[in-house]
Amino acid sequence: MISLNVNGKVLDADVEPDTPLLWVLRDHLGLTGTKFGCGKALCGACTVHIDGQPTRSCVIPVSAVTGSKITTIEAIAETPVGRAVQEAWIAESVPQCGYCQSGQIMSATALLASNRKPTDADIDAAMSGNVCRCGTYLRIRAAIRRAAESLA
Amino acid sequence: MNLRRVEGIVNVSRRDVLRGGTALTLSVALLPALPGCADASRGGAAAPFEPNAFVRITDDGIVTVISKHVELGQGAHTGLATLVAEELDADWSQIRVEDAPADAQRYANLAFRLQGTGGSTSLANSYEQFRTAGATARAMLVAAAANRWGVAADEITVTAGRIEHAPSGRSAGFGELVAEAAQLPVPGEVRLKDPADFRLIGRPVTRVDARAKSTGTAIFTQDVRLPGMLTAVVAHPPRFGATVKSFDAIAAKAVKGVHDVVAFETPVHRGVAVIARDFWSARKGRDALKVEWDETNAFKRSSADLLAEYRALSAKPGTPVRREGDADAALARAARRLEAIYEFPFLAHAPMEPLNCVVRLGDGECEIWNGDQLQTGDQAALGKLLGIPPEKVKINTVYAGGSFGRRGNAHSDYVVEAAAIAKAAGLTVPLKLVWTREDDMRAGFYRPMYVHRIEAGLDRAGRIVAWRHRIVGQSLVAGTLFAPLIRDGVDPTSVEGVSNLPYAVPNLSVDLHTTELPVTVQFWRAVGSTHTAFAVECFIDEIARATGADPYTLRRELLAAHPRHVAVLDAVAERSAWRAARDRNRILGLAIHESFGSVVAQVAQLARTDAGVTLEKVFCVVDCGLAVNPNVVAMQMESGIGYGLSAALSGAITLRDGIVEQSNFDDYPVVRIDQMPDIDVHIMPSTNRPSGVGEPATPVIAPALANALAAANGRPVRALPLAAQGITLT
Repeated sequence: MISLNVNGKVLDADVEPDTPLLWVLRDHLGLTGTKFGCGKALCGACTVHIDGQPTRSCVIPVSAVTGSKITTIEAIAETPVGRAVQEAWIAESVPQCGYCQSGQIMSATALLASNRKPTDADIDAAMSGNVCRCGTYLRIRAAIRRAAESLA
Repeated sequence: MNLRRVEGIVNVSRRDVLRGGTALTLSVALLPALPGCADASRGGAAAPFEPNAFVRITDDGIVTVISKHVELGQGAHTGLATLVAEELDADWSQIRVEDAPADAQRYANLAFRLQGTGGSTSLANSYEQFRTAGATARAMLVAAAANRWGVAADEITVTAGRIEHAPSGRSAGFGELVAEAAQLPVPGEVRLKDPADFRLIGRPVTRVDARAKSTGTAIFTQDVRLPGMLTAVVAHPPRFGATVKSFDAIAAKAVKGVHDVVAFETPVHRGVAVIARDFWSARKGRDALKVEWDETNAFKRSSADLLAEYRALSAKPGTPVRREGDADAALARAARRLEAIYEFPFLAHAPMEPLNCVVRLGDGECEIWNGDQLQTGDQAALGKLLGIPPEKVKINTVYAGGSFGRRGNAHSDYVVEAAAIAKAAGLTVPLKLVWTREDDMRAGFYRPMYVHRIEAGLDRAGRIVAWRHRIVGQSLVAGTLFAPLIRDGVDPTSVEGVSNLPYAVPNLSVDLHTTELPVTVQFWRAVGSTHTAFAVECFIDEIARATGADPYTLRRELLAAHPRHVAVLDAVAERSAWRAARDRNRILGLAIHESFGSVVAQVAQLARTDAGVTLEKVFCVVDCGLAVNPNVVAMQMESGIGYGLSAALSGAITLRDGIVEQSNFDDYPVVRIDQMPDIDVHIMPSTNRPSGVGEPATPVIAPALANALAAANGRPVRALPLAAQGITLT
């Protein structure tokens, strides 16, 4: 049994220590907002925050994060930045199929939490690990700018 | 595992939207059993008002639109709901959408006569049907109000969900009238609005799925959780045509959480499945599995070898597709001849959600949960596998995390695979089949490889007097339920875009060589146009370069008989300042193509820097008839450009000795945010009924970009992807 601090709650899961955090969240804790896309940290769909840092949960074993604060898309609205990013996502009509957007929002929230005035280059650097096959990138960029303005 | 705790976390947001006692008694784990339940309302105690198969209004005033089309990202839910809400005069905030059950009697795509989503037809085929559904509901609500108030129906108005009788000052919401409306006869005929009176159609209303998809609450197949559900991960053979010879499951079964290991065989897939309590146990089990494959009939050829064969075939006449005049004779006496061969690789769809399907086998029935793009085909295929009538297959359609055609498989490949595994294991509990990204990329069903050979004859003035066009590649529909589309030996999806070549060419001949390979192929966003648009549009530019013509002017002359094309061309030329001076910072390439009833033109704008060439901006003009939601249309133009750009830059599935060389986003790279150009979208004003928007932008970007690169480098691009030609953008 492994104990995790997820979204401010201590939760237990009966899993092997090598299980990637993604599958503990999804299959054992029922937090399905975090998505499986590639399994190799190549697409960013599984991005969560580990102690505030955007992290690909599909490759990090759960045993490595037992002492950490884990935040997922389900709780990101509890931070002012996360809420602003989600509202900007809706205002800019970002999602199409929507499957990658939890990961996009987690990456964008981490960016704005540390950099309230990101340049285009900052956005590229923070977001280029997140793939969107629907090609919503222009709207992601616009939504990040909108969220930044709303937080200013 | 921890379901009670999960309920506390997940249920909070749902509790607000689900009303009524029955909804609250549902466990979280069962919620996905009601597709779209987070969006829909079943109201309170009173029976809902359901005047037809597409509209349900409950006494809380919520209007639920039943979508016969899956939401893949293309915006179908929003568009269909807009059609209903418009004629109903509902307020947009009272609209919810849920997916229809599988029932081709009620929910057929009127373009296919079976239930399914594709061919960019969702709004086009539903335009009158869903408006009529809304208008019918409105007429009955108005009649109910007239009865209750004892007034004339024609004195009643409906505005933004409010029914009013101005002379008496009375008004009501929809919810107050559902019980009475439900008792009234359904009118046989209703009048639809004059488009001049539209309040929602033509406006950028917020997508109905925007919030759920921005908060992680939207339910995809991958997210479906059911009591007792197990997960299967599969080992497919490394080569097409191979079968399972034997397998050793000892190590796999020793993995904690693994329940069973079974071999399976379907008409198109075979392999061994590891069934476990969760994904990770199944995946570890799969990795521990030892399978010996029988490769007696395995396909062991390589892409380079296939390409050489296709090129050789393209030199010979094939099955006639279109003949006008005598192209052979005109070529023979032409003053000048041009020839080009264009090469296209296999392409994977690579949607963000790897393929998956949840299946539960029952006694004489079965139920699946799937981002289902072809319900009627899936019902038939599952019925056949299980020996049950198709109508005993219940399909719960949920959001699809992209598809681009992949989830509309004409063999129902992954759906049948899920059921075959459950059947082989004798399961009655639900089973979720999950393909890894590598499985998704290597298990076939690609956009086929193609080769085009085009020869043109020019007269002394440089005018085109002959065009001979040969296409080589696999059929998408042969051997599938779509096989009846084949006429006179020609699969129309192999030649669309050339068979209807719009350019005025006096002597035209189009031939097709249909090849047969065990590499499985499938519709891929924009289908035949993905290769035909490139070949035609690049060749037109080759003719322009050879004759010193301006690519825009040449197209305009050759398209004089097609006013929609001309208008779109003129608009994109104007928006891109085509006629203005060019320099190294402004290198332009143009392409235009009609598909799915819509005409799209794009200009790719390159800039040359010290580091190389950059794709800075794409100007995109579309004539898609009336734009039901211009914001969704713009999104689909951007999306098609992004998707087509990925294929143009680096998309290629290649075979070496029959083995797929790609596996994941590292060796099948796709466009990322730093590669996405700015896009200027212009929608032509139109009063024509809506035509396609999900696909038509996709095939235009590659030739527009290639033509710009040829303008920049002086060398034509004749094969995709660009990366394989040593061309990369900065």
